Amino acid sequence: MNRSFTRRIALGALLLGATLAACSKKEAPPAPAAAPAPAKPEPLKAAFIYVGPVGDAGWSYSHDLGRRTAVEKFGADKVTTIFVEKVPEGPDAERVLRDLVAQGNKLVFATSFGFMESIVKVAKDNPEVRFEHATGYKTSDNLRVYEAKFYEGAYLAGVVAGKMTKTNTLGFVGSFPIPEVLRNINAYTLGAQSVNPKVKTRVVWVNSWFDPPKETEAAQSLLNQGADVLLQNTDSTAVLQAAERNGKLGFGWDSDMSAFAPKAHLGSVALNWAGYYEKSFREASDATWKTEVTKWGVKEGMIDFVKPASFLPADVQQALETAREGLKTGAVAVFKGPLVDNAGKEVLAKDAVADDAWKGAINFYVKGVEGKVPSGN
Amino acid sequence: MNELALLIAATLAAGTPLAIAGLGLLLNERAGVVNLGAEGMLLVSAVAGFAAAHDGGSEWFGFVAGAAGGAAVAAVFGWLVVWLNTNQYATGLAVSLFGSGFSAFVGIGYVGKQLGEQPPHRVPFLADVPFLGPALFRHHPVVYLAIALVAAAAWFLYRTRAGLLLRAIGESPQSAHALGYGVRRIRFAAVVTGGALCGIAGAYLSVVYTPLWVEGMVAGRGWIALALTVFATWRPGRILLGAYLFGGVTMLQLHLQARGVHVPSQFMAMLPYVSTIVVLAIISRNPLWIRLNMPASLGKPFFPGA
Repeated sequence: MNRSFTRRIALGALLLGATLAACSKKEAPPAPAAAPAPAKPEPLKAAFIYVGPVGDAGWSYSHDLGRRTAVEKFGADKVTTIFVEKVPEGPDAERVLRDLVAQGNKLVFATSFGFMESIVKVAKDNPEVRFEHATGYKTSDNLRVYEAKFYEGAYLAGVVAGKMTKTNTLGFVGSFPIPEVLRNINAYTLGAQSVNPKVKTRVVWVNSWFDPPKETEAAQSLLNQGADVLLQNTDSTAVLQAAERNGKLGFGWDSDMSAFAPKAHLGSVALNWAGYYEKSFREASDATWKTEVTKWGVKEGMIDFVKPASFLPADVQQALETAREGLKTGAVAVFKGPLVDNAGKEVLAKDAVADDAWKGAINFYVKGVEGKVPSGN
Repeated sequence: MNELALLIAATLAAGTPLAIAGLGLLLNERAGVVNLGAEGMLLVSAVAGFAAAHDGGSEWFGFVAGAAGGAAVAAVFGWLVVWLNTNQYATGLAVSLFGSGFSAFVGIGYVGKQLGEQPPHRVPFLADVPFLGPALFRHHPVVYLAIALVAAAAWFLYRTRAGLLLRAIGESPQSAHALGYGVRRIRFAAVVTGGALCGIAGAYLSVVYTPLWVEGMVAGRGWIALALTVFATWRPGRILLGAYLFGGVTMLQLHLQARGVHVPSQFMAMLPYVSTIVVLAIISRNPLWIRLNMPASLGKPFFPGA
């Protein structure tokens, strides 16, 4: 055991009470410039709440990375940010949000779906503050929502998987059977089919966003049955690492996970919120902020396939590049007719392109995905 | 059939941490102490094991640190419930909450770190036997250790004088005290030993089974281990059976899903607890079973001289 670990234990014992009580951190604003400029406007005060810890290389981490990058780009003298991590979805979130408003924040971001009801209530009571909710669907005069087209990233992973699979069987470790996740499974499969029509996808649900041992077990059961390229929408690196241990292939999700599995990692479907956060800071500062619904994908850079493995053959890289360009220019649409579900029923007519309502109500597997969507959700 | 062999292998691997932790808790309970702190002890030992394996470069170092971490938390728990006679249930819950917060805090620096590559494990010769090889003989040594520990515990409890004494203390600490035995010391020793076993289980999770550390990664396995002691009606052999059954149900469910057979996974997830309740109901109908197995002073504090 090295010294820093022992020190950490000692420190841990001392600070334990404080840690258990609250896990909030404040980012100190940078030292003010020496020369005072009286005409200079007050910096914007913005706050973020995260559902998880920021160090998890997952969802909350990606938001925090976006926050930090956006502050840097926008100018640390023009905005000060604060964040609260590990906020449970439910009544606690409302308390935290009210607290942040009371502290004088004028722009507040809530970065998990489950914060929706809380932020709607708090927004109603504080019309002078602007609120932003990630992945929600309720808006008001001072509340707007933003979301990443995650499925476009899953589609790109599918293109690579379809080319790299030897068994023509892909695996997907799913969290909960909700439209968001079903979109990813279907997009993964459609991407693979675009380069390899023989591909089929097997799905295992773990009913958790985060249970590394169970994610490992789910990955193992897929690998045992012949799947050789795995994707997941759970929040740990366990699935990718299971692929690595079995000499199979996988992807990172949410953020760059190449470090966790150098041999298995084909690339990561990574979020980049910085562009959106910078835009929000700017709009809130010059009062052009208005209610809208933002859904950005590969085109706007909010989602991307990053760190493609160096061992990808040239034709795979080419296929990936073509698909990525197609998504950027609009030549490729992930959900475009004719589409049939895996029972053979047509779900999207020929040449029709899915709209948001269609995508929001997905409750089936496309052809090529095996099994049945678990019901009762 | 190769798939079946892989399913058996996965079941053994999944049941191992449950078996070792369950065995540790069984020793606690045989001495009359209920330890609801298992989840916290597993988390603390998982982070300690991962940290030691990461910084020390050897997974065995990880197991030693895990056992030490589990024993240390158990010692605090034991001191509270055995010497200060605090309420065992409340103290155990507090230890669980403490462990989850403490492990998260101590582990901050280890999130995202990874251990070196693990060589494949094979039992010489036997690993190449068709079917049986991949099913039974390609496991991490701790998988076999779990079986050995259960056998050792059964021998200890039923074939040694010290084991008899431990059981006697779980049944009637007053009598053991009257005969001149140090009830508190023995209870404390049982709690610390149980903690060390939970520690091995926690280290197995973070060092071997899912070689990573992330907050809350034990994800409820401590509670399953607790349920397991009841399911096993406090008999070591049945702990092993139950652990593989619980592990097997999970693996079977995932396996069926991967085959496209749909079983509601929520239903499977609650099965370990349902079967525990069923076992409780069955043994409650048969007073003789309870009298034979359930330690009579379980959960009751002991006051010498009272």
